[in-house]
Amino acid sequence: MLKITNLHKTFNPGTINAKKALSGLNLTLNDGDFVTVIGGNGAGKSTMLNAIAGVWKPDFGTIEIDGVDVTNMPEHKRAKFLGRVFQDPMKGTAPDMEIAENLSIAARRGTKRKLLWGIRGNERQQYKELLSTLELGLESRLSAKVGLLSGGQRQAVTLLMATLNRPQLLLLDEHTAALDPKTAAKVLAITDKLVSENKLTTLMITHNMHDAIAYGNRLIMMHEGRIVVDVSGEEKKKLTISQLLGLFEQASGSEFSNDKVMLSK
Amino acid sequence: MAFLYALPGAIAEGLIWGLMAIGVYISYKILDIADLTVDGSICTGGCVCAVLITNGVPAGLSVLIAFAAGALTGIITGLLHTGLGIPSILAGILTQLMLYSVNLSILGGKSLIALNVRSFKLMLHMGNNPLAILVGGLIVALVIVVLWLFFYTEVGLTLKSTGDNPDMSRAQGINVQFNKVVGLAISNGIVALAGALLAQYKGSANINDGRGAIVIGLAAIFIGLSVSLKIKPNFVVSLIGVVCGGIVYYVIYNFVILLGLKTDFLKMLSALIVAVFLGVPYLKGKFFAKKPAEEALAAGGEMDA
Repeated sequence: MLKITNLHKTFNPGTINAKKALSGLNLTLNDGDFVTVIGGNGAGKSTMLNAIAGVWKPDFGTIEIDGVDVTNMPEHKRAKFLGRVFQDPMKGTAPDMEIAENLSIAARRGTKRKLLWGIRGNERQQYKELLSTLELGLESRLSAKVGLLSGGQRQAVTLLMATLNRPQLLLLDEHTAALDPKTAAKVLAITDKLVSENKLTTLMITHNMHDAIAYGNRLIMMHEGRIVVDVSGEEKKKLTISQLLGLFEQASGSEFSNDKVMLSK
Repeated sequence: MAFLYALPGAIAEGLIWGLMAIGVYISYKILDIADLTVDGSICTGGCVCAVLITNGVPAGLSVLIAFAAGALTGIITGLLHTGLGIPSILAGILTQLMLYSVNLSILGGKSLIALNVRSFKLMLHMGNNPLAILVGGLIVALVIVVLWLFFYTEVGLTLKSTGDNPDMSRAQGINVQFNKVVGLAISNGIVALAGALLAQYKGSANINDGRGAIVIGLAAIFIGLSVSLKIKPNFVVSLIGVVCGGIVYYVIYNFVILLGLKTDFLKMLSALIVAVFLGVPYLKGKFFAKKPAEEALAAGGEMDA
């Protein structure tokens, strides 16, 4: 499904701020994998997701999605394979446009857009039904500007947009990190529902170890731009946080450090 | 009394500037780009139209060609910005400067070409203000209807989202760079169309036409939106508001002249109007910001999901 081979990326090369973000990253995802990603500060989690999304080109290595080499494909072209939800709830939706307009743009991801009505036929009805599954009362506010919604609501709408036109791969970049705990739990529950209903191959970065263990069928841990722990199946189900920390220390030879992880126990 | 005599002329000219402001609205409000190309492209529109008419091309066709010429200037700014990575405001300034030379050569090295209504068949002229208002009004209405239809198509929606949230747009597979070029082409095409009408209305195309046009356009936008957003915040009402803003601007302008303000200070006045409209919301936000609790209430208290 997704195949990342020997990926390297250094930011600000040749300067005093040079930062090796990815160094020889290898990762292969199988169809239907729901992978949670954890790692310390600057481990390269977001960098990996941005590399897959094509925000910039890697220095070395290749990325394949469904057998297609996308390493040099521009971001907007790659979008046809990908559903994305960002950490910042403001980033995934157009605030000055209606909820329905946002959804209609997402529904056409990966298609050639034409000079036909942007929302037509029974699309509004479809969106209403989809929004009602979120149970946030948004189904009655189809014509409301997205900018009027709360962060949690916007993240839920973004999730819907990312999955509306079924993506080959769903990329979630700490998408609950900016929300309060109650809202985060709700958005996470919606995520789990959408992923399992649509059997989506998913990469989800999280800073919460409980969530990383509770969700998905596979867990990877990153350190210094590489994957150092990769557990799946039964082994993952039985995992505890202390075991996980042990695995990490064993693999990386250092103590796990991430401010956010420490704070959220 | 003198003011009433001046009113039809002010409305006619304001209508044309309102059309120009619609062009600025597309770059400034929809694409979120302060595009300074317009100071040059409005003049290009006038020059192209005047040269064509004086060479026997029908006025209607000349206006369409002026639109195309304006669109081309927008494409140049767009390519400087997206292709060469030049900041949009600087890209606009560069094109504007290039256009001074281009416009001079269109005028054949002269600084002015006269369009006398007795020698040529014009669509509108200042000798017949009711006709000018009718023709101008029809063209403005046509442009608004076309834009209204366009911006609700699949392509049109992606143009809106490009300015509203480029990150989201890219994630949804939209070619943001290409859209910016298209948007700037439409914007400057409309501006040049206004320039072509203005040249006919005034009876001449002058190399110095259009200096400070962006500021007049912004003034019209701010005046218009300050009212239209309170009535109904939708696209068509906003466009109509912007045109009305242009008319109000010219009525005020004429009024101020009649009050005896030296015409030397008119550009100062335009700039001050824009400075006030841009500055007041900032100062309001700084000194009279609503408390968060009030804001949450105003936005609907039950909304934290």
